[in-house]
Amino acid sequence: MAWYHRVPAPKLPSEQRKSRMEGLWIRCDGCGEIIYKADVEKNLEVCPKCDEHFPLPVRRRLELVLDPGSFEEHDIGLESTDPLQFADSRKYKERLKASQKSSGEGEAFVSGIGRIAGREVSLGAFEFNFMGGSMGSVVGEKVTRIFERATERRIPSIIFSASGGARMQEAIFSLMQMAKSSAALARFRAVKKPYISVLLDPTTGGVAASFAFQGDVILAEPKALIGFAGPRVIEQTIRQKLPEGFQRSEFLLEHGMIDAIVHRKEMRERLAQLLGLLA
Amino acid sequence: MKGSMATYALDFEKPLLELEQKLVELKRHAATEGGADALDSEIRRLEKRCTRLQQEIFAELSRWQVVQLSRHPNRPYTLDYVQRLFTDFIELHGDRSFADDAALIGGLARFDGEPVLLLGQQKGRSTKENILRSFGMPRPEGYRKALRLMKLAERFDRPVIAFIDTPGAYPGIDAEERGQAEAIAVCLEEMAALTVPVISVVIGEGGSGGALAIGVCNRLLMLQYSWYSVISPESCAAILYRDASKGERAAEALKLTARDAYQLGIVDQLVDEAPGGAHRDPDLTAKNLGAALRQHLRELRPLGPKSIVEDRYAKFRKLGPVTEPARNAAPSARD
Repeated sequence: MAWYHRVPAPKLPSEQRKSRMEGLWIRCDGCGEIIYKADVEKNLEVCPKCDEHFPLPVRRRLELVLDPGSFEEHDIGLESTDPLQFADSRKYKERLKASQKSSGEGEAFVSGIGRIAGREVSLGAFEFNFMGGSMGSVVGEKVTRIFERATERRIPSIIFSASGGARMQEAIFSLMQMAKSSAALARFRAVKKPYISVLLDPTTGGVAASFAFQGDVILAEPKALIGFAGPRVIEQTIRQKLPEGFQRSEFLLEHGMIDAIVHRKEMRERLAQLLGLLA
Repeated sequence: MKGSMATYALDFEKPLLELEQKLVELKRHAATEGGADALDSEIRRLEKRCTRLQQEIFAELSRWQVVQLSRHPNRPYTLDYVQRLFTDFIELHGDRSFADDAALIGGLARFDGEPVLLLGQQKGRSTKENILRSFGMPRPEGYRKALRLMKLAERFDRPVIAFIDTPGAYPGIDAEERGQAEAIAVCLEEMAALTVPVISVVIGEGGSGGALAIGVCNRLLMLQYSWYSVISPESCAAILYRDASKGERAAEALKLTARDAYQLGIVDQLVDEAPGGAHRDPDLTAKNLGAALRQHLRELRPLGPKSIVEDRYAKFRKLGPVTEPARNAAPSARD
């Protein structure tokens, strides 16, 4: 008998395909190595062999960068009213319920106030496992309130984006969240505190084309997929295969679109440093 | 009329066009043969039938039919309205850092004598022009030009009028390399803070962020047979039903027509098109649009820079209905 067993084909949605979190071992999509799950967990969901960054649940993300015990969540329990009564193969309301169950979060975004190296910040982060981190009215409202709270308290703001973009199921209302949050951010600029945007894998569509790319400083985790149009859409348009590394963090850095790539291990330290320099 | 029949007909327009064709022939017949009374009454009867048929067809358009009308190859585009509604137009080109994007045009002009700044996505009529104009899908340099011109308008206190007509921002390698997302994002924020009146009007397609980038306005108008949504119906279908040909179904689910947007409280005013759609009578449609622009400009002009920004903030701040548990309403905890 082999000393490890192959994990059966994942039943997880494709967004979660990166790491097969069943059993004691997982195979890294970056290097193909079989690695011990506990090692990955200890290593902040980063492959210890090749530094591939796996998705990190939103609560762990906040824990990772904030001073222990400093997070105070705001705007809990906001829910979409489903203004379009949207239904495709399933009703939108049902999709929301299913996502709540599978992700353990009420919506695709968690926000509040916390401290980084003692400094108070208004911040939020996406939960990609909730409907692909898509932005509907609830996410848009929470993002808007992050900037409003930051304006009110005159403190810096930080947003960690991991999103496929605006949520189709709220159609025009999702689109309008891009304008709403942008307007709130425009007001926040007056208090002259930094807004740091951190781009995670993936950040595309309406989220990329609004607050994610409006940061005073824009950071990204290594190898994150970042862009306006998704790679599949572009391939369909130009009918060509896309070059290797296209729309990855390193590509964006090279093209002058982001300030720096920051390893997950160093994220807290870099944020603290930037806040110290700007706030 | 028959001479100008480079006309493209949508399926649901065909019965009407056929009937009209008959009417034209009958009229010509009457003109050459001398006006017999019998022909006259037949002509009148046919005219009535045409009107009735048009009313019948257009009374109950499906959402998909509205999408088709918004893309009608004979539909007036931005420059067609510019030509009809403004004087003294001078196009201003380029983003000053990379290129000029013909898919998003801009310039100064006069509206009722008053100088204004115009922006708009521009589609092409011929294949050649469509390639030049990228089918009205702007690249980052288009949005950066729009931003540059909006700042120009602000500096000289000129209102901005933006014509939205795009299936979406261009999805291509070059556009991504030059920061499509960033270009749109910056437009949104800067536009929100603009101290001059902004009126945006969807004249055809309002596709996603590529449309919204010139749509952060004080007043949003939509022509009767236009659409505005987060995604085109085909792209939506490709994702939801894994089949781009199910656009018709997606259009229903997205509730994307001008009338939907009005009922959902997104749009300030719907502008009537000519009977049968803007392409049937661009002059009349432009006249209706002109009247609407005139009214909204008159309302916005007295507002000072601060109130203009406030007005715009209030408009967007309320969009996006959510329910909230009562406990959140309490004053937030002390820090």
